[in-house]
Amino acid sequence: MSSTAQAIHHEEHRQSFFERWFMSTNHKDIGTLYLLFSFLMLFVGGGFAMLIRAELFEPGLQLMQPYFFNELTSMHGLVMIFGVIMPAFVGLANWMIPLQIGAPDMALPRLNNLSFWILPFAFALLLSTFFMPGGAPAAGWTMYPPLVLEGGSSIAFMIFAIHLMGISSILGSINIIATILNLRAPGLDLLKMPMFCWSWLITSFLVIAVMPVLAGAVTMMLFDRFFGTNFFNAAGGGDPVMYQHVFWFFGHPEVYIMILPAFGIISEVVPTFSRKPLFGYKAMVYATASIAFLSFIVWSHHMFTVGLPLGAEVFFMYSTMLIAVPTGVKVFNWVTTMWRGSLSFEVPMLWAIAFIVLFTIGGFSGVMMALVPADFQYNQTYFIVAHFHYVLVGGALFGIIAGVYYWLPKWSGHMYSNFWSKLHFWSSVISVNVLFFPQHFLGLAGMPRRMPDYNVAFADWNMVSSIGGFWFGATQLIFVGVVIHCVFFSKQKATARVWDHAYGLEWTLPSPPPHHSFTLPPVIDDSQLAHGDTSH
Amino acid sequence: MSQPDANVYYVPHKSRWPIIATIGMFLFMLGAANWLNGHDIAGQVILAVGALTIIGMMFGWFGNVIRESMKGNFNSQVDTSFRMGMTWFIFSEVFFFAAFFGGLFYVRTFVVPWLGGVGDKGVLTNDYIWQGFSAAWPTNGPEAIGGAFTATGPWGIPLINTLLLLSSSITLTIAHHALRAGDRKRLIGFLGLTILLGATFLGLQVHEYWDSYVHLNMTLHSGIYGATFYILTGFHGLHVTLGTIMLIVMWLRCARGHFDREHHFAFEAVAWYWHFVDVIWLCLFLFVYIL
Repeated sequence: MSSTAQAIHHEEHRQSFFERWFMSTNHKDIGTLYLLFSFLMLFVGGGFAMLIRAELFEPGLQLMQPYFFNELTSMHGLVMIFGVIMPAFVGLANWMIPLQIGAPDMALPRLNNLSFWILPFAFALLLSTFFMPGGAPAAGWTMYPPLVLEGGSSIAFMIFAIHLMGISSILGSINIIATILNLRAPGLDLLKMPMFCWSWLITSFLVIAVMPVLAGAVTMMLFDRFFGTNFFNAAGGGDPVMYQHVFWFFGHPEVYIMILPAFGIISEVVPTFSRKPLFGYKAMVYATASIAFLSFIVWSHHMFTVGLPLGAEVFFMYSTMLIAVPTGVKVFNWVTTMWRGSLSFEVPMLWAIAFIVLFTIGGFSGVMMALVPADFQYNQTYFIVAHFHYVLVGGALFGIIAGVYYWLPKWSGHMYSNFWSKLHFWSSVISVNVLFFPQHFLGLAGMPRRMPDYNVAFADWNMVSSIGGFWFGATQLIFVGVVIHCVFFSKQKATARVWDHAYGLEWTLPSPPPHHSFTLPPVIDDSQLAHGDTSH
Repeated sequence: MSQPDANVYYVPHKSRWPIIATIGMFLFMLGAANWLNGHDIAGQVILAVGALTIIGMMFGWFGNVIRESMKGNFNSQVDTSFRMGMTWFIFSEVFFFAAFFGGLFYVRTFVVPWLGGVGDKGVLTNDYIWQGFSAAWPTNGPEAIGGAFTATGPWGIPLINTLLLLSSSITLTIAHHALRAGDRKRLIGFLGLTILLGATFLGLQVHEYWDSYVHLNMTLHSGIYGATFYILTGFHGLHVTLGTIMLIVMWLRCARGHFDREHHFAFEAVAWYWHFVDVIWLCLFLFVYIL
């Protein structure tokens, strides 16, 4: 045993900056890189959003040409999805999964480093298009042909950037699956795992299944643009709608890729601060799996108005509404976990509760749009913008922030400022509603999305929404301050358990945990599982 | 040489290869994008530097892992991680091909009949835009993009290619059995035969492409038929090429005696990949050539 044990330990000492961050095989360092990268991208994508809201502050063209506005909306979507939400979840997975399953590291640590380092290069390719003739991609993040093919030099860069992001997330997910299936401590059966691991196990499966399909879709686009094929040209027997089908076969599971890990985080946070076991742990696992399964058979609800046959409209309407069932199970289980618990409202719990409320609002507007006749009204309006921002900001982003506030003391070994983190929360939760709730009204009244100018009838609510937007954007600077203060300046040491009712293996290690989390497999105590379900 | 202890976790050393890999991929993509945008020389140079970096990285990274493996660093848990990695990688490849097969099925089941006037959607297109276009397969669409062409029949080269790939899977399995039985000579012989079969397949495929382009006027521009045909067979051919290179590497490693009866995961991974490529071909033969 000695040689391997030494091999594990000897690298902890004396490593240069370059070695530590660029050649890493350490899940914590790579997780930190992922989180920092997505934090940076949050402000890049957020900057685009600020410009969009500034232009929409009043009717008329104030700040920019319409084409540049379209570049901003397209790039805002691509950056936020592939550069913020997904890498942040992978970063959390990197940090937490080995800690939660009693592993020393990820299963394939070098591959892990590769998955991360692809991302900065991919975004260098993507963001460089702003400086090219013809500008950045401007046909929306969904990149529908034939419009997207009208772009300038950016198309090839955009497609290759997407290929790189796809490779990165596929490799990352392969690593996560291998880690969860192969590196669990002896005795930690699958149904003893924390919900966060379960949600990532299922999410990884989705990523590996759908990212290659996106690669296929953009590859066909590449061929149509540069090599004279006719995939998306009806004159040659192809069909532009075919792109939409292939894209949304990726795109809908992608929606769940961006929310399932957040479900996992919330399922960790709520029991801790309710001081109760997670209600219906197994139901949560099965609900997550059914959401993942259903996500493969609902894709055309993104295309209801494109001219689908009636049979397809009806099928996709019903299959979409079915998703409300397992999702409802989850929401009810979180609420029931809190029911009669001895609740305390530490910062992670505040974010988790806000998540439940805001995600449910977004979920309800989703059910509205699942109805085909109603969707003909909502389609391409600000209503859909309000809907997916409720699930992606109030849902995914709030979930990530809840996770960061939950585990930050574990990572850094210090507590963060209670006052500033609570200010961050209250300011965010109020401003996010000022920002997005009026967009429901605008959409129902008929304001189209992806337009830099609008009818004066929409002026008031747009101004309210823009004020909320600037407020929400500025509020996130508090988050930066809280994190920097916690990591570098905070004097208040965190205990190993941090929260008094936090269970699971990550809380058995000191804060911060040692360089290699577990060098020997830990012993599993069934009374100390994260979800508190001892019935298996 | 001490055997690794199954009760202690193994974490590999730091490595410079991942960051080199990303730089190589970045340069490759950057070069390709510049080339496509008409910056020929700069694009080609950057692309070539990227490709060389990737190739060098593969020698370095894989060589590193092989040395570690030969030292006996990897315990059975690491072995399982590698197996899972390869399994899920092949799973992702399946979905990559599924995107193109899905496109093919969608076009043939819906798009072409609609263009020919079937159904509510079809009536409009057919009456107002392309009057009198009658749906058939193969097609290059109502505007006959790429001009008249002939599709290759399934019973010539494609049938021979099917037989070649199927027998290559059999010879590879025989080689694997020989490896497990410790029969070096038989292993090297049958593995070599597998490589030959794969290379012959590729040669015939190139000939078929050449024939289609020169004699049958069936090109990438031949409407939706040419597009789906070349993207499916092209990506498959690319995978056969990679698989053949991987088999050649395995042959060299077998000749050097890297593998023993129990420890030869690299060989198995390549075999899985080869069988996967074989299955894709069977789907191609059925859906692209026969039906």
